[in-house]
Amino acid sequence: MAERAVEISKRSGIAAAGFVAAVILAALLAVLARAEGAGLGPADWAALRFTVVQAAWSSALSVGCAIFLARALARRRFWGRRAMITLLGAPFILPVIVAVLGLLAVFGRAGWLNDLLGLVGRAPLSVYGLHGVVLAHVFFNLPLATRLFLQGWQAIPAERFRLAAQLDLPAPVVAKVLERPMLRQVAPGALALIFVICLTSFAVALTLGGGPRATTLELAIYQAFRFDFDLSRAALLSVLQITVAGAAAALALWIVPPLAFGTGKQDPGPRWDARGGVMLFQDSAVIALALAFLALPLTAVALPGLAGLMDLPVSVWRAALSSLGVAALSIAVMLGLALPMAGWIATRRTGLAEAVGLLGLAASPLMIGTGWFILINPWVNPMSVALPVTALVNALSALPFALRILIPAFQDALSNFGRLSAALGLGSLAIWRWVIVPRCRGAIGFAAGLTGALSVGDLGVIALFADPGRATLPLLMYRLMGAYQMQAAAGAALVLIILALGVFWICDRWGQANADA
Amino acid sequence: MRGPVEPEPVNTGGGKVLEFSTFSDAALMEDTMKYLAFAAGAVCASAVWAETPELTIYTYDSFVSDWGPGPAVKAAFEADCACTLNFVAAGDGAALLARLQLEGGRSQADIVLGLDTSLIAAAKDTGLFAPHAVNASFDLPITWADDSFVPYDWGYFAFVHNAGMAAPTSLRALADSDAKIVIQDPRSSTPGLGLLMWVKAAYGDAAPAIWADLADNIVTVTKGWSEAYGLFLEGEADMVLSYTTSPAYHLIAEEDSSKAAAAFDEGHYMQIEVAGKLAASDQPELADAFLSFMVSDAFQSIIPTTNWMYPAVVPAAGLPDGFDSLIAPQKALLLDADAVPALREEALQEWLSALSK
Repeated sequence: MAERAVEISKRSGIAAAGFVAAVILAALLAVLARAEGAGLGPADWAALRFTVVQAAWSSALSVGCAIFLARALARRRFWGRRAMITLLGAPFILPVIVAVLGLLAVFGRAGWLNDLLGLVGRAPLSVYGLHGVVLAHVFFNLPLATRLFLQGWQAIPAERFRLAAQLDLPAPVVAKVLERPMLRQVAPGALALIFVICLTSFAVALTLGGGPRATTLELAIYQAFRFDFDLSRAALLSVLQITVAGAAAALALWIVPPLAFGTGKQDPGPRWDARGGVMLFQDSAVIALALAFLALPLTAVALPGLAGLMDLPVSVWRAALSSLGVAALSIAVMLGLALPMAGWIATRRTGLAEAVGLLGLAASPLMIGTGWFILINPWVNPMSVALPVTALVNALSALPFALRILIPAFQDALSNFGRLSAALGLGSLAIWRWVIVPRCRGAIGFAAGLTGALSVGDLGVIALFADPGRATLPLLMYRLMGAYQMQAAAGAALVLIILALGVFWICDRWGQANADA
Repeated sequence: MRGPVEPEPVNTGGGKVLEFSTFSDAALMEDTMKYLAFAAGAVCASAVWAETPELTIYTYDSFVSDWGPGPAVKAAFEADCACTLNFVAAGDGAALLARLQLEGGRSQADIVLGLDTSLIAAAKDTGLFAPHAVNASFDLPITWADDSFVPYDWGYFAFVHNAGMAAPTSLRALADSDAKIVIQDPRSSTPGLGLLMWVKAAYGDAAPAIWADLADNIVTVTKGWSEAYGLFLEGEADMVLSYTTSPAYHLIAEEDSSKAAAAFDEGHYMQIEVAGKLAASDQPELADAFLSFMVSDAFQSIIPTTNWMYPAVVPAAGLPDGFDSLIAPQKALLLDADAVPALREEALQEWLSALSK
């Protein structure tokens, strides 16, 4: 019972989880209270079916590909590896519309792939359909899954690999005794997380799905709010969405086996088990393929952006500042919620609490925004609280990622140093200060970076609360497109990517600083 | 993936701010007037001391953007009203109405500007709007006789294509051709809903057959106008659902004559954009003054090259150069506003079942 050897205050963890649940349930109840009559129709059930099918495929493929990519990255050291890992985070934070245009520049009817097929006399391929939706979701989520697995590989102490090399274990045996147990622990959480992300997909699924066949629950919620102004249907659909997400999360977290590799150096050195030409070729091929798949659409986004940088209006820079402010606030709120929750969960392995964290992602931002709009409106002008509300909602939707990143690191730190801390009689605060934060700096930096980057790129609820003078960058980008300023919009998108990656890089760097020392 | 609360331009609004100098002059004038008002107020001491009245207008996003009519309209109105005009942007037309319904009688808004003909019936049902007193001779293809809403601009939906293309000449011909099109989802977008109404108005009960034949022309359906137009510019489709005035933007603001709108024999469905005064407004006189101002030359001359729509009352100086090159549909289609809600539901089901096969 290494996990139980040390007690860190559960009160703050429970309070944070309770707060998250309360924010979301209050919004849901507010919408329900304004609702009248009406139930779900056959179209809604069809939407549910399509949503679940595409999310299942997307998460399975993302995680499947990520295992190979993360293994290759974990085994190899090459020039530009760090930069590649950072840059690969970019798809995840792109505004939907930009990512879709980038993907279509490569895979679309008039895309590079079909140009190439045309050159060799092949018939063009159509990207539109279920496969297109899955392709886009893998593009978005492969980097995230890869980072989660990389973290898992890094958690295997270097000494274990050295021991395996001394025993001259062949690669398959190393995989069996060291890598597979780690994968069994990381994979269910990653699957659940990506499944829930894809569950709330809307514009991507519709555009790449090729039409109303690809109607997701989120689109149905949007329709209920905006087209029909049917609040009860919107609330019912939100409940349905949360239920499916909750079931997926509970299932995944239930089957996570406990794992402890023991103490050791966190960064594995040379990997003797991965020597040999065949494996080098395998890894190189995987890395090259992934790089092409992820970087080509990004290039397609960045190139027109460079031209657009010339005629950017001043408002872009103002919006960039607003976005940075929201990002900073989101990071602070996220840390305030995620750290105590992760500390609580790590000491007692309660999957349920992590499921609460998933609520923030599973609940439609439109529903949370509308619910809180109803709650706030009688008391204060919603516009005056636009910034904090946006930061809170962004923090809530980043919370599941943060928990998934933090919990394994916390468990690792506590299982290694928990008994020592208990023996030294360290109190709750001291454990945070001397054990968790220094040992988990990498994970905390990564979680903060991801939250900041997501927040910079997110439209979230700002559209509902925004006042015209204080647009965030994504909102402004949409306005530019709406005003035919496609080139300036491309420029704004590039600024957005650079900002988001910059925020991510700074936080991630802060986390890695310790590892170098 | 996430963040579905995307603003959608209710129309192809925007463009370069041509009134920039006017804007600063007016702003200067506004400051002067405020100063004078302040001085007058100070002299009269306790007599008529009131804060500058504020008029709050809810409108869609692209109206208030730097390229939209918002900045110039604000300057022009404030020059005369001794008031402050505040625009609050809330997504698109449908989002505006949803927001009003959420706020109910407590809304800050005095005026809502940016609903269109397909939303009028639903807007009236809320009972939140007051009758208007505007009397103008509108230059619309139809007679306007609504007592709650005043039109300020209008346009025709159309399929836009590259100039070199031999475009189909009717909806029927488009459905029979193998031209590839991108359209918007009627559940989330104004033009998407417009096309639904267009097919319904032109073909009535035969609409499902048109949709069945159109299905293989549709490359994909997007959430909003921006996505669809972006896809078209990227070459993903031969034609995109937009407005007859879209080529005017490319021609006037970009001096690019490579885009054209296809004229269809069945006629083109219209979008008329309107504004209305809220019954709960605490500035009813100022709201009336704005609605009158809205149909005057000062407002109407801003519209064509910022909102890229036809003005509801053509200003004395006429339309800008470039608008004469646009196609002029032979027939304007518009369903009766009161019939829209029921037809909308029916047409949506037909659309869904034709495109879900």
